[in-house]
Formats: sequence, structure tokens, C-alpha cells
Amino acid sequence: MNARPYGCEDLLRFYREMLRIRLFDLKAAELFAQGRMAGNIHTYVGQEAVAVGACQALEPGDLITATHRGHGHCLAKGGRADTMMAELFGKATGYCRGKGGSMHIADLGLGILGANGIVGAGIPIAAGSALASKIKGGREITLAFFGDGAANEGVFHEALNMAAAWRLPVIFLCENNRYGVSVSIDRVTNTADIADRAKGYGIPGVVVDGNDILAVCEAVAAAAGRARRGEGPTLLEAKTYRHRGHYEGDPQSYKPAAEIAAWKERDPLDRLKKTILAAHPDAAAALAGIAAAVEAEIAAAVRFAEDSPYPEPATVTSDVYAADNERSVAR
Amino acid sequence: MREITFSEATLEAMAEEMARDERVFVMGEDIARQGGIFGQFKGLPQQFGLDRVRDTPISETAIVGAGVGAALAGMRPVVDMHFADFITVCMDEVVNQMAKIRYMFGGQCTMPLVLRAPDGIIRSAAAQHSQSLEAWFVHVPGLKVVIPSNPADAKGLLKAAIRSDDPVLYFEHKALFPTKGPVPDGDHLTPIGKAAVVRPGRDLTVISYSMTMHRALEAAETLAGQGIDAEIIDLRTISPIDIDTIYASLAKTHRLLIVHEAVKAGGVGAEIAARVAEEAFDLLDAPIARIGAPFVPIPFSPALEKLVKTTAGDIVRAAQQLCR
Amino acid sequence: MEYERDFLRHLYRRMVTIRLFEEKVGELFLGGEIPGFVHLYVGEEAIAVGVCAALTDKDYITSTHRGHGHCIAKGAQIGPMMAEIFGKKPGYCKGKGGSMHIADFSVGMLGANGVVGGGYNLAVGAALAAQMRKSGEVAVCFFGDGASNRGTFHEGVNMAAAWKLPAIFVNENNQWASTTPYRTTNNIEDIADRAKGYGIPGVVVDGNDVFAVIEVAKAAVARAREGLGPTLIEAKTYRIKGHFVGDPEKYRTKEEVQKHFTANDPIKNFAQKVIGAGWLKQADLDAIHAEAAREIEQAVAAARQAPYPDDSELYADLYVEGVS
Repeated sequence: MNARPYGCEDLLRFYREMLRIRLFDLKAAELFAQGRMAGNIHTYVGQEAVAVGACQALEPGDLITATHRGHGHCLAKGGRADTMMAELFGKATGYCRGKGGSMHIADLGLGILGANGIVGAGIPIAAGSALASKIKGGREITLAFFGDGAANEGVFHEALNMAAAWRLPVIFLCENNRYGVSVSIDRVTNTADIADRAKGYGIPGVVVDGNDILAVCEAVAAAAGRARRGEGPTLLEAKTYRHRGHYEGDPQSYKPAAEIAAWKERDPLDRLKKTILAAHPDAAAALAGIAAAVEAEIAAAVRFAEDSPYPEPATVTSDVYAADNERSVAR
Repeated sequence: MREITFSEATLEAMAEEMARDERVFVMGEDIARQGGIFGQFKGLPQQFGLDRVRDTPISETAIVGAGVGAALAGMRPVVDMHFADFITVCMDEVVNQMAKIRYMFGGQCTMPLVLRAPDGIIRSAAAQHSQSLEAWFVHVPGLKVVIPSNPADAKGLLKAAIRSDDPVLYFEHKALFPTKGPVPDGDHLTPIGKAAVVRPGRDLTVISYSMTMHRALEAAETLAGQGIDAEIIDLRTISPIDIDTIYASLAKTHRLLIVHEAVKAGGVGAEIAARVAEEAFDLLDAPIARIGAPFVPIPFSPALEKLVKTTAGDIVRAAQQLCR
Repeated sequence: MEYERDFLRHLYRRMVTIRLFEEKVGELFLGGEIPGFVHLYVGEEAIAVGVCAALTDKDYITSTHRGHGHCIAKGAQIGPMMAEIFGKKPGYCKGKGGSMHIADFSVGMLGANGVVGGGYNLAVGAALAAQMRKSGEVAVCFFGDGASNRGTFHEGVNMAAAWKLPAIFVNENNQWASTTPYRTTNNIEDIADRAKGYGIPGVVVDGNDVFAVIEVAKAAVARAREGLGPTLIEAKTYRIKGHFVGDPEKYRTKEEVQKHFTANDPIKNFAQKVIGAGWLKQADLDAIHAEAAREIEQAVAAARQAPYPDDSELYADLYVEGVS
């Protein structure tokens, strides 16, 4: 990891954003295990460098689509920890007023077009958002996060082809964490790199170390430049690893223990911390300050979520349509 | 009779049919190495190998489409949809291929394909992992649709579906997997297209299936205490609907309540109500009543999710109204 | 490469049969004798005939909406094909399928398909069946350039590659997806480039040279039968007729079409080559042509005289096991 193009402040900001995700998800996992949260959660622990690296290379007006493992993407794009935590609790103060939950968090104001419960579904949505930008002549671009499993969905193919044919301002960022739920990517594809598929669309395909935030940031910056110049999409493949199960409670019996250990050695936060301290030995205090601030932010988010009310029963039939839903069927 | 879980009952059905006929195999996401996300495939790979119990890519059109192709080429595939909600990703394969191929080709082939679809509300799984979409497929000629409510029928219907030369959608409620019930020993089959009168009664007929069957049975106990004797019918198969069993019951009770977890609008209850109104109006002494979910996607928050779930209390109230 | 005379005659017979069949169908359609729509294979004959020449009757193919050529090349009979296109009782599908849904399971033809890209996964499934029972068949999926942009392409090819299935994906790049020129919807010159993304061979071949097609098909079949997995073949060709008969073809000029046809007619290419090489004489070709024309005339006469299906056929073939 070469820190040179980035100043100490940049690196500390990166670290802070990654730590927000790490602590948010570890806290969410803890609360989930205690039975204090409904539904299911899929944590982003181990993949933080991808979302943060990507979003740090984007502009505020840019858009993203996320996945079922979307907490990291939302936070990295500027999402609020408290509003997210409230949504995970199903509270009225959550991003979706409790209607969406962990897998369906969106903040359209921040350009977060939604996490998604359907594997691969965000990929064509990102292409559509990029199409809108192209038609409007806007400067903004869209980035689709998706996993290695999603890369085998038909929508991947349809969206990449269309985006390439129309030179849409979009970045397709595959987070290859090696497992589609329980199934190793090696068992369901015949190639080492998903980025190889770019050739089939006539677009660049780039493999990047997804646990190296600076490498991710640079690769996304290059792809963003290409997209903004009207040269069309890029397929990026960030090689990374999820430390925890597919969902909380997943025993991960399909993963070799040595593999998990080896990837934990390459933890993206530890790596960035080392890089920072190597380049800026006096940053230790700043790092400690960040840790304290982020811990406080997450603790406050949990308090906020716990103190918030559940949604009013009457809201169950609101928001189905833009106009009030007269068709709502009484019980 | 021995008691096993719904999940174990489906496993027995799979294992028995795979042992009985080597053309039977199963594929889907996370079924082999993980044993299915609800444990409903545990141990099958050890018994039959990873060739016949296959983990697939996350490629729904390929999973169902390849099931159709393998059936055309002489196999008897079972394919698993992980969550019933994901059928939406491969509707062409289900509706345009699997359902129509035999008829469209003038009967040249059979389509012995079973599509397993875990559905229903479970623990705040939210809008894209909680749906009950069974009524869509009742509208498609060429498909058969079964939807068991208990372990015995789970086993019997799955075995019958695997042996059927017609394509069968097998909906299994996610929250039913861990529930226990008696299952007969041996080669237990439940006929497709045959409803069961699970509780005889004389005052009204309550028709249901899958999870809400259990709510209906609870309600029947409460109603019995109030002097209302409900006859409970478990449809078990919703395409074709066993209309004769329904008419026979109405001839006794003259009152009809239909209950399902799926959205009420356009649901299976609507079809039954329409048929009864068209064909057996004279049997009725009261308007037909239906209970189903309100016309909203399934909300995440437990505070809202509970409002779309049918309770035994809802059924009791509706039955009281009908019998007033 | 040297070919047996009988084999050359066989190739010519099949190509000319397709050509004359399609011209006749077009004429009958415009004359109002054929219901529905028809999509003609004129100008693409060398692909179906070349590929099927590398197959046995036991091997499988899946086809497209433009499927008459694939049927004839795989050995289906002209009589029941024509009757099906007329919607008559002796048709392959008893008049229930029509032009877009002809199948002949006796020769491994698993059906034309009305859904663009609907065939990939059926072929993948047939290949899976062959692999599982080690019976040695291969399955070929024919598809157009338009279909290459369907998600089913990706899911099917990926699964076949991951599982090393005996499948062959034959793209007929005729430059037109309905009314849309290939390059406006694709950012690559060669669809075969997509093979790299699945780690399988991708081969471009002149689709109007039957001999070139035969050779790449043989290599792909050998690879598939050896268990080495699928091949993606892209056969470059040009659609001579409209997307469907009656297409006003406002998206291209007659001159452009004529230029292609004059310069690169696969049947003329064949004749020049075999006569030039002294393998066959013009008289041989003329005799084959006359036989094929006679056979088609007979098929038309029979189809015209054949009865329509009985009313009772409406519900037949929907299910194997009775549903009222």
C-alpha cells in the first residue's frame, strides 16, 4: 500500500469511514445475537476497503446501488449510523420508516438507490440511473456494488452489455469475497477472474486488491474519469473476503479455517493503520481519537434506535403508491 | 404415529424418491454444502453424492431452465428456488417453458419437474423474502401447485410431485420447516388435487392451506367453545382445486370463509369465491368471507409485519360474523 | 478436406430443402393460407446443416423462433412440419404449436422457442442429463445475435462451463435483432469474445460456408464428448428475409440485402465449391433440387387437405395426469 498520493488527513478520513462500518456491523451483529433486532443481517466486516475506497473516489452527486450486504455501502456514501440502526430495529425513525429493514436501506438524497434483497438486482438499476444522467447531460455517474455470486445472474450480462453499447457513465464494481452464500466462486465459474468478462462487452476489466483501500480508490477514480468523459463503463473486480457468515448465525462450515485466518491477516483496517503509521508516525493520537469518536457515534446510534418508537399501525398501508392507497384492502 | 418435522419429512421424501429412481436429482443454491438454508437438504449429498445434489451458480433462469431441459432429456429434476420470491427472476422459464412445453408440442413430451419454493412470512425477512405468490401460478394452465401445511402432507405431496409427469410447484412455508407432526411410516403419498377435511363441522366451512391452516385449527377450537362448529378444509393442492370437496362441505354448512396469508386481492380465495358464487350459489346462506393480507408489500418492522399476518382471532371474528 | 459424395448430396439436399421450404412458406403466408407469424431461415442454411452434420440423431438441439431450418437440418420430416405451420391435425404438435414451436423429440429436436434466448438453459439441462447418465449425447443451442444479450445466455453458458457440460452454443450472427442492427446493441465485433469470460473456446466461423461450419462443429462435438466442456461458436451470416414474413423492413434497403445475397449465398457457395472441385456435377445438384421441390409440393398438398384439430383437442396434452 503506497500512501504517497494521499495526505495524512485523507488517510485518516479513510480510516474513520472504514472504522464506522466495522464498528457498526460488529455492534449490529452483537445486538442481533442478543435477539434485540428483527430479520436477518449480512455484515460487511472484512470488505470495508471496497465501499470506502470506491465512495471516496466518487463525487457527492454520484449515485450507487448496493446489495443485501449493504450497510457498508450506505455508510461509505455518507449514510447516518443512527438512522440506519433505527431501520435495522424496525423503528419509525429509520431510513425507510421501518418498512425496509437491513436489506432495503436507501437514502436517495445521498445518491444511495437502495440496498437490495434480490441478488444482482442493483446492476441494471445502476445502468438505468446512468442512462438518466446521460440523457439529462449531468456530470454524475453511478456505481453498482455487487458480489461474485451476483456476477452469475443474467442481469449482470444484460446490464453490462447495454451500458457498454450505449457508453453509459457507470462503474460495475464486483466485490469478489469468494463465496456466493455457501458456494465457493471456484465451483460456479470456470475462470479465475470475473474481470475477464469485460472482454465480452468491449470494456476495460480491472482486477484490484479489495483489501487495499488506496488501490480501490485509484481504480475507481480511473473508472470514474472514463465514465465522466463519456467513454463508457468499466468492470472492476475487487478481490476481498467476508470475515463473518453470509448472514449472522451462519456457521460457515463451507469455509476452511486456514482460509479465514489467512484473510484476517490481510484485514483492510489493520493494513491502512500500518500504512498511516509508517508514513505519519505522529498520527497515533489522531487514530485513537477517531476510534473514540466512532465508538461514540455507534453507541449513540444504538441509543437512538432503542429510544425511537415503532411505526404507527396506520402507516402499514401508506407508501404503496405515490397517491394515498385507496385500494388497501381492509382485513 | 412417529412425529418428525416438516423439514425432515421433505428430506425423507427426497431421499426415498432419489433411491427409488435414479433419474431424480436436485439442484439449487446452497443445497449441497450447506444443506439448504432451512436445513431441508441436510445429509442428501452424503447419501447421493454431489452429482445428484448440486450447488448451482446464483442463476435462477439457468436453474429452472436447465431443469426443464433435463426433464425433456429424460431426467426427473427437482429444483430449489431458495426463496419463493426469487421465482420472479425466472418467470419465463416457469411460465413460458415449464408450463407450456408439453401442450405446445402437442403432447410429445412430459415435464416431470418439481420446483420447490420456500415462501411466507418469517421473522421480519421483509418485502423481498416474505411473499406468498402461489396465486400467480394458479392462473397458468399447465402447472400444478401444491402447498402442504403439515409434515405428513409435506412428505406425501413432495413424493407425489416427484412422481408426477406434470410440472409441479411445491410451496413450503419457511416457518413450517421446524414444526413437528405425525407422519405415517413407509411409502406415504398424498394425492395431488385432493383436499382434506381435517376437522368435520356443521356450522361453517373454513378453507385454508399452508401456515394459516394452523390458525384456522386454533380458531376452530375457540369457536367450538362458543358453540360454533367449524368444518376445516386443508386444500393442499391449489391447482387443480378440489372443488367437489368444497361443495360437499358447503352442502352441510352453507357458510364459507377462505383464509390465506397471501394478499387477499386476486388470491386463491378470490378464485374459490368466484367459483362457488357461479356454480353453487344455492348452497350459501350467507355472503362468502375472505381473509388475506392487506394490499401492501410485507413490511420489515415487527410492529408493521404483525398487521399483515392472519391470526386465529381474525378467523374467529370472521366466523362469528358469518354465523350470526 | 475431402468429403464422401453421399455426404455432400445429403448436405445439399438439406440446405436446398430448407431454402425451398422457406420460400414456399413465405409465399403461402402472403397468400393468407398460414395463421400466426413465420420467420424464415433463408441465407442461413449452412449453419444448421453444417452443425447438425456433426451430430447424431441422439444428440439434442434447441432452436429459436427462426427454427424451420434447424428442424429440417436435424432430420425432422417436412410433412408434419408443414402441417404444423398450417395449424393442422397431422402437424408435429397437432396444430397447437405453430411455426415458432415445432419440436420432434424422435430426432432430438427439443423445440423451437418463441422466447428470444429461451433455448440456452434447455440445452444446458439436456447436456446435464447426458453428463449425469454418461450417455454420450451433446446438446446444441442455436441462438441469434439478439439473443446473445439475454441474461439466459450468461447464466446458461456460465453453468455449462463451470460444470464442463457437453453443450455447444452456436450463435447465428445474422446482423439483425428483429429490426435492430447488431452493432447498435453490442459494443464488440465478435460475440465469440464472450467465451473468454467463461474460460471456454470461442470460435468465429463463416456461417455461409457449410464446410467451415462442419469443421468447427466437429471440433466442438469432440471436445464436448471428451468431457472438456462447452464451446461458443459464432457463425457470421446475414438475414436475407425480414424478421418475419410481411416485415416492411424500413430499417434497411433492398439493395443492401441483395448485395449480401448475391455475394454470399451459402447454397451457391456450396455449389461452386463442389462443382469446382469435381466432387459433384451440376446435374446431381439439379436432381436433388427437383426431389426437394417435389417433396415440398407434396407436403403443401397434404397440409392443405389435412383436417384441423378436433375441438376435443383443446384440453388434451395439458397434463399427463387428468385434471378436469
